[in-house]
Amino acid sequence: MSQKNIIENPLTPWERMEIIRNKLRPTVRDYIPLIFNDFFELHGDRLFGDDGAIMGGIGRIQDIPVTIIAEVKGRNINENKASNFAMPHPEGYRKALRLARQAEKFHRPVICFIDTPGAFCGVDAEKRGQGEAIARNIAEFMTLKTPVISVVLGEGGSGGALALGVCDELGMLSNSLYSVISPRGFASILWKDATREKEACGIMKITAEDLCRLEICDSIIEEPDGGAHNDVKQTAENIEEFLLKTLKEKMRIDIDELLEQRYTKFRKIGDFEEGTGGYNPDGEELITTDEEYSM
Amino acid sequence: MLEDLFNVVTARFNNTSEDKKSDQGKHVDIPKDLLFKCPRCSSVCMTEELENNLGVCPSCGYHSRIDSRRRLELTADKDSFIEYDADMISKNPIDFPGYDVKQEELRQKTGLKDAVITGECTIKGRRCVIGIMDTRYMMASMGSVVGEKLTRAFETATEKKLPIVLFTASGGARMQEGIVSLMQMAKTSGAAARHSEAGLLYITVMTDPTTGGVTASFASLGDIIIAEPKVLIGFAGRRVIEGTIKQRLPEDFQSAEFLLEHGFVDMIVERRSMRRTLAHIISLHGGEIESMGG
Repeated sequence: MSQKNIIENPLTPWERMEIIRNKLRPTVRDYIPLIFNDFFELHGDRLFGDDGAIMGGIGRIQDIPVTIIAEVKGRNINENKASNFAMPHPEGYRKALRLARQAEKFHRPVICFIDTPGAFCGVDAEKRGQGEAIARNIAEFMTLKTPVISVVLGEGGSGGALALGVCDELGMLSNSLYSVISPRGFASILWKDATREKEACGIMKITAEDLCRLEICDSIIEEPDGGAHNDVKQTAENIEEFLLKTLKEKMRIDIDELLEQRYTKFRKIGDFEEGTGGYNPDGEELITTDEEYSM
Repeated sequence: MLEDLFNVVTARFNNTSEDKKSDQGKHVDIPKDLLFKCPRCSSVCMTEELENNLGVCPSCGYHSRIDSRRRLELTADKDSFIEYDADMISKNPIDFPGYDVKQEELRQKTGLKDAVITGECTIKGRRCVIGIMDTRYMMASMGSVVGEKLTRAFETATEKKLPIVLFTASGGARMQEGIVSLMQMAKTSGAAARHSEAGLLYITVMTDPTTGGVTASFASLGDIIIAEPKVLIGFAGRRVIEGTIKQRLPEDFQSAEFLLEHGFVDMIVERRSMRRTLAHIISLHGGEIESMGG
């Protein structure tokens, strides 16, 4: 875990929220040409359609071929229309899974860029199984036999982000946020008052440092002063440096060992205490008396 | 998004009764413990009648929520259940104000430690791991305890080469645990994936309501997905969607029947046939009879 080098960012969570909502905030389309060579895009889930909210393709980082899967924010109204403001439908997640499986076949690492307010909430999304699509991605990425690295570029919104977030290493840009729900939704549900959004943002523990402390995020990728938009090139270089270092590290690990580490990375997250009975008292007893217990 | 599940729950189960009251134009106070008013068809019956009917609305067949102990009685062979992790309780991972107090109150009130019970039992003599979510505890939302107990249930089932049956019901991720609750989706789904890779059977029984982050994780991963009639199943909240499309959604939107029509549920099974159906499915996957259960 690299949370030992947490560099504290002086900005409040709310200030960061303003930075990532800034119209000038670079999107994955800005970063790709600066980080990858020979990139080309691949389309469609082979089941229903092609979702503009998730872009997929193949490119090289230095000389390493990789599959890139990214949630796409628009830089203007037309781009946002095409990408549905980065809120994917089920076909977007299914496209992501198709490309991840393809990467596995050709032994290419997968790089996911997360930048979404959340999965789209709509009639068609329900009809086509939004819940199932996200669940499937989470489960399949957990057992995908190739390295997976995820980077949160801006907003990591809920299950819509986690669908691209099951990985061997999670990096977050220093102003990015990753949460179970938007601060607005949080305030609205828990305090019945959406106007307390800012206060919610302050207590939810959604910054890169918070997530490092909770051992969910592994690395913080520095942004220039004032935010990524002040120096896109520098930000891209920082992302590239993180990706190269992590890729080389993960590609050296035997795949079964890597999958074990990936499982453990998520397996250990949780905050609970056992009662007086200690670990799994009934289960323990059963296991020790069960002749067939063999694993 | 997970905020929706809250809206689902309020819209359908709390506000519906208010809406209907005003719709009818006259206000009738229903003593809560004596009478049951169906949230689907609004017909009223004696609570006793409902209970004698296994919690199924006599008028429309809506399968109302029942608590985890009752569900266990209806499912497992008598005295066959051995509970796992009965004493596990949640801490407060993001130090959300008031969460500890709220949990303590709920533990007192419900006698539950959190929103799921897990363990091992036989169903008509066929051994399996079982998990039952209980909506009385914070609408069975998934936090650290639900995530850990279900993950251990999958892992134990994998170790012992047993099938697993999960009765799902949930408002989704537990907001009070912040990002830690979101990660329980990955943890449980990962454990489900390993159980699946070991070639073992996982049956999901979706009960009322199965929504949000639970629908978007382990609940949707069953080899066979069963739903009870007329229960609510969905990802996003009805009100959020209505807000997006600016129109009312049909009554049956996100019902078990809607999911069957769209291909996300294998079958709808009535509560009185559930035990038999589960035993039948397990036996078709090699579950041998250990002893005849009652």
